[in-house]
Amino acid sequence: MSSRRIFARPARRAAIAPYVWMVLFFLVPFAFVLKISLSQTAIAQPPYEPVFDLTAGWDALKGAFAALSIDNFRLLVSDDIYVFAYVRSLTVAITATVLLLLIGYPIAYGMARLPKRWQAVAMVLVIVPFWTSFLIRIYAWINILQHDGLLNQILLALHLVSQPVVWLSTDTAMYIGIVYSYLPFMILPLYATLAKMEPVLEEAASDLGAPPWQVFWLVTFPLSLPGVGAGVLLCFIPIVGEFVIPDLLAGSNALMIGQTLWLEFFTNKDWPVASAAAIVLLVVLLVPLLLYERLQKRQLEHGR
Amino acid sequence: MRKVSRLSRFNIAALALGLAFLYLPILILVIYSFNASRLVTVWGGWSLRWYHEFFNDRAMIEAAWMSLRVAVSSATIATLLGTLAAVALSRGERFRGRTLFSGMLYAPLVMPEVITGLSLLLLFVALNAERGFWTVTIAHTTLTMCFVAVVVQSRLGSLDRSLEEAAMDLGCNPVRAFVAVTLPLIAPAIVAGWMLAFTLSLDDLVIASFTTGPGSATLPIRIYSEVRLGVKPEINAICTLVIALIAVVIVIASLASKLSSSQGESAAPL
Repeated sequence: MSSRRIFARPARRAAIAPYVWMVLFFLVPFAFVLKISLSQTAIAQPPYEPVFDLTAGWDALKGAFAALSIDNFRLLVSDDIYVFAYVRSLTVAITATVLLLLIGYPIAYGMARLPKRWQAVAMVLVIVPFWTSFLIRIYAWINILQHDGLLNQILLALHLVSQPVVWLSTDTAMYIGIVYSYLPFMILPLYATLAKMEPVLEEAASDLGAPPWQVFWLVTFPLSLPGVGAGVLLCFIPIVGEFVIPDLLAGSNALMIGQTLWLEFFTNKDWPVASAAAIVLLVVLLVPLLLYERLQKRQLEHGR
Repeated sequence: MRKVSRLSRFNIAALALGLAFLYLPILILVIYSFNASRLVTVWGGWSLRWYHEFFNDRAMIEAAWMSLRVAVSSATIATLLGTLAAVALSRGERFRGRTLFSGMLYAPLVMPEVITGLSLLLLFVALNAERGFWTVTIAHTTLTMCFVAVVVQSRLGSLDRSLEEAAMDLGCNPVRAFVAVTLPLIAPAIVAGWMLAFTLSLDDLVIASFTTGPGSATLPIRIYSEVRLGVKPEINAICTLVIALIAVVIVIASLASKLSSSQGESAAPL
């Protein structure tokens, strides 16, 4: 026990460098986002009115505080475009997460029931696509879904449709892209809890006369809830702020919040509004983020 | 003992369909990259034409070079910092600011990239930093060190701590015990962490778009601007090359980790 405590002292010191790094490059930048979200748009480089100038002294600082404005936030709540974007982001994220759960669960369940040796192989097979580039995987789908792409060719050849179906720039294409990209994030935590489950429990339920669906609903599913929670959060949070997939696969008539933020920033050069949009997005995601943190911590620090 | 018969037909179908769904699109893309025809509808025979086109596209090559440099440097810094963070979290017991520390490390794993990218850009602008290679590298390090930390931390958590303690009882100081005992045992996780950081960096579009400057686009930024204009066979070729590169990295890293883990096992009884 004492050697453990002696070991802990230099281990704690290992935190210094990453700690400083994360404070500097993760925490402090949020202060800048908050600060700029409260400033006025200006046609300048950088395109916002400076809010604080610490060199200007106390009076200037007081003046700056008085000039802070919540106009950008007012704009976000009053302009339909933004309100719609937030609503759409949440609807898309919820729908996609449900789809992911429905598709990912049977796959994870199948993996957990494979013989032990094959489980490792299946896990590698699920992880490998995650290593190949995200952008490339979306692009692969554009190849397939475009007007004269493979999917339409197959459908035409099978006489299932009489003319090419428009797939690209639709919500269907976007959901396919999201499900495709996030599937490993849903499968892996589900598999982790399902593989740890004692098979005896299911066998007992079935020996006692429960039909398979009841065994699943009353035993398997409730026991897999921690994995469901992890998978849902791991998918839901980033999907709400997703930019690339809706931008490349969905139509441009309804934007998600990640897209409006991008548009404000890169096209309209309105940094203050983009910052305000980021702050609101962060507030929306605060509760799921905190839940995720707790889960992650429990998994890495307590449970094995 | 486990009953193999638990594997139902439904299980097998779900697995097969799932894996097909994951792999077919990539396979199709690779095959199309060798298509001689410009049209996707026509199969013009096998050809390396689009690879030629890529190697003669200077802007693309420059972007690819920039991406590789950023990926190698950010992955290396991230592996160093992430491993230190993992050691502190799993061996440091309690320390002041621990909750904040782990919070800062876990949040970027799921944080939408538009937020991370925007916030880092605003920092760089405020610091008046010249945007380009270093700003993207710093941004990628910040994101990927969190992934490294999680990978290494979960390995550290599953290690038998009595090995370290035995080394110390035999007279090693903590640093020596760590280097001689712990480090070889977590080496596979460190290698895997580096690999993950490398591929994440090579892949990132959003954060790089925010934090890079004019004239220093990364490969995903170039690919993205081409893809927005429509499908081009050259992109298929580039994507296939990236996939091949990542496959090579995975193979090398898994060989390396196998090697080091067998060394670790032979070192353990000593």
